[in-house]
Amino acid sequence: MNRGPTAIDVRDITKRFGDIVAVDRVSFDVRRGEIFGFLGPNGAGKTTTVRMLTGIIRPDAGSIHVMGHDMARDPVSAKQQMGVVPETANAYLDLTARQNMLLAADLYDVPRARAEERIRETLSELGLLDRQDHRVHGYSKGMHQRLILGMALLHEPPLLFLDEPTSGLDVQSTHLIIAMLQRLNEEGTTIFLTTHNMDEANRLCHRVGIIRRGRIAAIDTPEQLKRTVDRIAMILVAFDRPVDTTALAALPGVAEVLRVNDSYRVSVEDIDTAVRSIASFSHAQGVRILSLDTPAPSLDEVFLSITAGDE
Amino acid sequence: MRHSGIAGQLRRATVVAKKNILIYYIKGPVVIFGLLIPLFLFLAFMVGNRFASLPFLISGLLAMTLFFTATAVSPVIFPWEAQARTLERLAAAPISIPALVFGDILASFVFGAGITLVPVGIALALGMSVSHPVALALGILIGAVCFSALGTLLSVPPTNSPPNIMMLSSLIKFPLIFISGIFIPIETLPAWGRTIASLSPLTYFADIARYSLGEANTFPIIVDIAALALFAAVFLVASMKLHERTLPGRI
Repeated sequence: MNRGPTAIDVRDITKRFGDIVAVDRVSFDVRRGEIFGFLGPNGAGKTTTVRMLTGIIRPDAGSIHVMGHDMARDPVSAKQQMGVVPETANAYLDLTARQNMLLAADLYDVPRARAEERIRETLSELGLLDRQDHRVHGYSKGMHQRLILGMALLHEPPLLFLDEPTSGLDVQSTHLIIAMLQRLNEEGTTIFLTTHNMDEANRLCHRVGIIRRGRIAAIDTPEQLKRTVDRIAMILVAFDRPVDTTALAALPGVAEVLRVNDSYRVSVEDIDTAVRSIASFSHAQGVRILSLDTPAPSLDEVFLSITAGDE
Repeated sequence: MRHSGIAGQLRRATVVAKKNILIYYIKGPVVIFGLLIPLFLFLAFMVGNRFASLPFLISGLLAMTLFFTATAVSPVIFPWEAQARTLERLAAAPISIPALVFGDILASFVFGAGITLVPVGIALALGMSVSHPVALALGILIGAVCFSALGTLLSVPPTNSPPNIMMLSSLIKFPLIFISGIFIPIETLPAWGRTIASLSPLTYFADIARYSLGEANTFPIIVDIAALALFAAVFLVASMKLHERTLPGRI
């Protein structure tokens, strides 16, 4: 993966709708070759930001460079570098999949012979080749979304914008799309992924940006973001037989103990002291530790802690 | 720069035009509707004006056909596409808004000019001769651009409801039919009527049609062509500029 200079460079972009400031001096960059997750609660400014990045609307202030092209001065060249998969599927229902793909090819100036080759390749990979001459009107949501992805990929863009690409899809379509995105990224495509699916963001994204009330609240790798969650650490421990929870709660470094089925959920003030105390306790009580886990906060917790009270 | 240049944008405008023709124009009901409205207006007018000459009637049919067909679909393409969320895809594609608007105008132009050949054929079938074919061809071509651009201009208000645009469009289109010398020769109108008629582009096309079919015309043919071309240019530029302003509000 080539993580070279920036694919997207955003500086102080602002967008107002009347008195409402939808996006307020937002700055960030997306490196070439990375999968960048863009998260935020509804109404936080995600869609407005993406629409500015894809050249659909203009910012009131600030600058956007896409693959080195200034979106304000040369939007056509900037748009030529990207493929866009909007949240709502929007192929032409009265056309066949093939006609929709040809339309995308013509709009992105793909030579006809290459377009034919790409249509065959892409529709085959997306499992739509045998339905290519059917009108999109009769497609399922999953097929529709796969076609939209195909249309965005036809001109082999180095940058791909995806807005909730797997929202509401069946497991088969979701797996197919995720696998395709991973392959594309391994081949060097930069991916800007807007999603509400924390698991998807956690698994796919190299870095994640969280927007809150029109401003960037955090940008980092999922692992780093998880470390920022300020919470009491937790240990999940299971013994080979029941132990006295009061004695366990009285150990140095332990704040609280809750029995959950056959294990104990131990809230700790200091993880190192607590682990040592639990080990000594088991030895002293003559019980064996069957498992001991120190689960890290999930990206969901990070998101909820950053955007608390917004929705 | 290959993509941003005029040639690249014109190529994309033809892509949009082809797409529009395929999706919106080559539909039985659209073609029939484009022919039926002017035909029924013509028949109603013919029954009410038994003493009008055939060239006068046919030139009126020609003017109505071109005007109605070129403005039939173009006003609703933007609202339709915004509603179907296909406009967002076009807005994210490497095509400028003026080129997108030009593509819509181009499709309407092809449809309008093509369907207008039907009344020309009717005229020839009725044994009429076209005295000035070059003037007629020029008039149809410039008129088709002018009325197509007018149709696209009517869709500038950023509403995504096609019925709203259709209502606005009818409010403008139908009065124009009555003030443009199609049913009543301009010479017979009072001074205020003639002034209003001179503000309608349809007046100049109807006058070109009369001249081409050997009927008496009101203005010198060069004035008709220049006026129609001026209206076409103003509508074309206004449509492109105004859509550039309002299109982001539709998405």
